[in-house]
Amino acid sequence: MEMTRTIKYEADRVKGFGEEVMSVPGCEELKDCIQCGTCSGVCPLSIYMDFTPRQVMEMTRFDFKNEVLGSKTIWLCASCYACTVECPRQIKITDIMYELKQRAIKEKVYPRGLPTPVLAQEFTKMVHDYGRVNEILLATKMYMKTNPFAAMGMAPLGLGMIKTGRFSMIQEKIRGRADLARMLETVDEGK
Amino acid sequence: MKYSYYPGCSLKGQGRAYEESLLPVMRHLGIELEELPDWNCCGATAYMAVDEGKACVAASRNLAIAEKAGLQQVLAPCSACYLVLNKTQHLIHDYPHIKSTVDRAMASVNLKYSTDIPVRHPLDVLISDVGMDAIKQKVTHPLKGLKVAPYYGCQIVRPYATFDDQFNPTSMDRILEALGATVVQFPLKTKCCGGSLTGTLPEAGLRLSYIILKEAIKRGADVIATVCPLCLFNLDSFHGKIAAKWESTRIPTVYFSQLMGLAFGMTAKQMGLQRGLVPMKPLASAPACCAARTAAAAS
Repeated sequence: MEMTRTIKYEADRVKGFGEEVMSVPGCEELKDCIQCGTCSGVCPLSIYMDFTPRQVMEMTRFDFKNEVLGSKTIWLCASCYACTVECPRQIKITDIMYELKQRAIKEKVYPRGLPTPVLAQEFTKMVHDYGRVNEILLATKMYMKTNPFAAMGMAPLGLGMIKTGRFSMIQEKIRGRADLARMLETVDEGK
Repeated sequence: MKYSYYPGCSLKGQGRAYEESLLPVMRHLGIELEELPDWNCCGATAYMAVDEGKACVAASRNLAIAEKAGLQQVLAPCSACYLVLNKTQHLIHDYPHIKSTVDRAMASVNLKYSTDIPVRHPLDVLISDVGMDAIKQKVTHPLKGLKVAPYYGCQIVRPYATFDDQFNPTSMDRILEALGATVVQFPLKTKCCGGSLTGTLPEAGLRLSYIILKEAIKRGADVIATVCPLCLFNLDSFHGKIAAKWESTRIPTVYFSQLMGLAFGMTAKQMGLQRGLVPMKPLASAPACCAARTAAAAS
């Protein structure tokens, strides 16, 4: 019978990860976390998370990089900021979740098959190319890339959107899209 | 005063009834709105998840355009736009590395970001600049007997509480009361609707919408009033799925601006009420022609 170790050794952690995150402006207060669990209590989505927000805070601080960046938790955060305004230590938890999402995308370690990071990246491409987002085209792209069958389940809703005059497949474009693209590219050049 | 109107993508897309109702209502109250020229998407919650620097650059282009046009105030009706534009200003202000990223991007296209133009929500403008008396004076068709659940959603009061209380906002409650409606006690007024999770992870997102709908019905509301195109979409679009999973929660959700227009004597059609998937019942106080049109739109 194959046995697996369920407790992590210190050597399994990615040393320096916590320090690195806490050095990012806006994430510094993470060092003050008292593990009270208020964030997990007020989070409307913690019941679906693999690690609660409180656990993510502690795991980030103590270098559990692979577990945190590969978690579903960070992609279940809907940015409602309930944790941020309730935290007794003024930790910007939503912003830390954003920081972790950015790192997971940069290192391509987010869980496969999870539509949220796919949607986020398609969204940024649309903004870069056209300057505006068409919600119907964006949702279609996301479904095609993640779960084309789910798109069929959305057909009645699509019909409802057509009936109520809210359905459009026309991609709006801004005049200054070359300027916007240029501006966005300066960010990569500055890194 | 003249405001620069930043519609955002939703108000030109699936949330167009918000624009259709808000613009005539504001005009009726003497507020002049001029659409920001060549505005781009604010980035919503998605861009910040991919690249914070780029998210700030995209959002700040709009603020720089407003500045160049000499406009004093920006009006952002969508909750995500309102938060992102405000948050971008906070980040530019607080973090030198964000400021230099934005400055570099601006310089590459001869734009400049030098002042923090106030970015305001229509509720803020209505209660602070227009005032309750001016709103009351315009009410010709009071919404008598209409029980409304005021639903604010998350992002206009969190994380920044600029014009209303963070935990128990009342600006919309007061406006609805001024229209003659009965505002029901609604403790879930700032609870999250699920945001984009209703599309990406429906098993989690839909529950949040269901909880809000269920509570509004339990509180005896006839209709839910909202301030956000995504909140309205979530609360209006998934009744079939919610009924299949839990129970039927068919209650209409409308924009607060649509109710304002009805109380000001505008027709249901003018207010875009036919764009809701769960139609609102015609009001007893509505003019005969208007009630007929609402009924026609509902059938």
